[in-house]
Amino acid sequence: MHSVLLTAGSDIDVMVHGLFKYSFFGHEVWITTTHVSLLFVMLILIGFSIVAGIAIRKGAEVPGNFQNVVELIVEKLDGMVDGTMGKNATKYRNYIGTLFIFIIFSNISGLLGLRPPTADYGVTFPLGVITFTLVRINQFKYHKPKEIWADMCSPLPAWLPIWFPINVISELAVPISLSLRLFANVLSGTIMMTLVYGLLKWFAAVWPAALHVYFDLFSGAIQTYVFCMLTMTYVSNAIGSEE
Amino acid sequence: MEFNREFILGCSAIGAGLAVIAGIGPGVGQGIAAGHAAAAVGRNPGAKSSITSTMLLGQAVAETTGLYGLLVAILLLFVKPLLWGVN
Repeated sequence: MHSVLLTAGSDIDVMVHGLFKYSFFGHEVWITTTHVSLLFVMLILIGFSIVAGIAIRKGAEVPGNFQNVVELIVEKLDGMVDGTMGKNATKYRNYIGTLFIFIIFSNISGLLGLRPPTADYGVTFPLGVITFTLVRINQFKYHKPKEIWADMCSPLPAWLPIWFPINVISELAVPISLSLRLFANVLSGTIMMTLVYGLLKWFAAVWPAALHVYFDLFSGAIQTYVFCMLTMTYVSNAIGSEE
Repeated sequence: MEFNREFILGCSAIGAGLAVIAGIGPGVGQGIAAGHAAAAVGRNPGAKSSITSTMLLGQAVAETTGLYGLLVAILLLFVKPLLWGVN
């Protein structure tokens, strides 16, 4: 029964669909539309990186157009990481740059008519979990277990761990809120665009381009920036100021 | 007490409408953040870029609560969890 709430008899459809079913160690696993759009995004990124790699390898002293663009992108991303993480930046330039480019291409892949991969919680949650893992690893790398325990009981002294459960919950909320923020933003944009195209039919001719600029480009870029910014902030907080 | 599908769907729609009231909070918060950022740029125009990025970051974090409300509404409308027990 699909005849409820705007899905009635039209092609308004924002859900992830299973395309191909296979069995993985006895589990039923699906290849979904998210996988397909992820594949497209990855192909675009891999192709771009190969071309950019060739252009940089035989780079000229006076760069041409394409080399200029590639250098500009790398410089901007590195500058963003340097500005936020300071002296810890060198180790994280690669990861944050990759993350930024991946998320922004995923977000604006709605322009290509794909369902953005980031509008699937199965894509954003692993990204949040990676951030969480980075935070935990760095915390244990740069602090003694005693300090971490004292930090987890923080408003009260370390021998009185009343706040410990609350701090644990607030730490566990980090990946969830990170991934839900990205997911919900992209999903709401997708739903909005689907509603415009599905409900207005022929009337939605040229002007939805403006909506695309807002929902796909602006919102996607902001959320990408925020995700990377928060990842960097959490990681440098975990590293701490000493050393 | 038995409830039929239509009743639960109607209540889900009402609940979804109530859930997106959560959007009021982030609206107010983002407005305050933008206002203060504008005041800060007026006081110190040289720091415009860093003020803008701080403002956007803060606004995006403030937006999260509203997005939770939106998410609850989306779940109620499209996933229909309240119907799971019914037929």
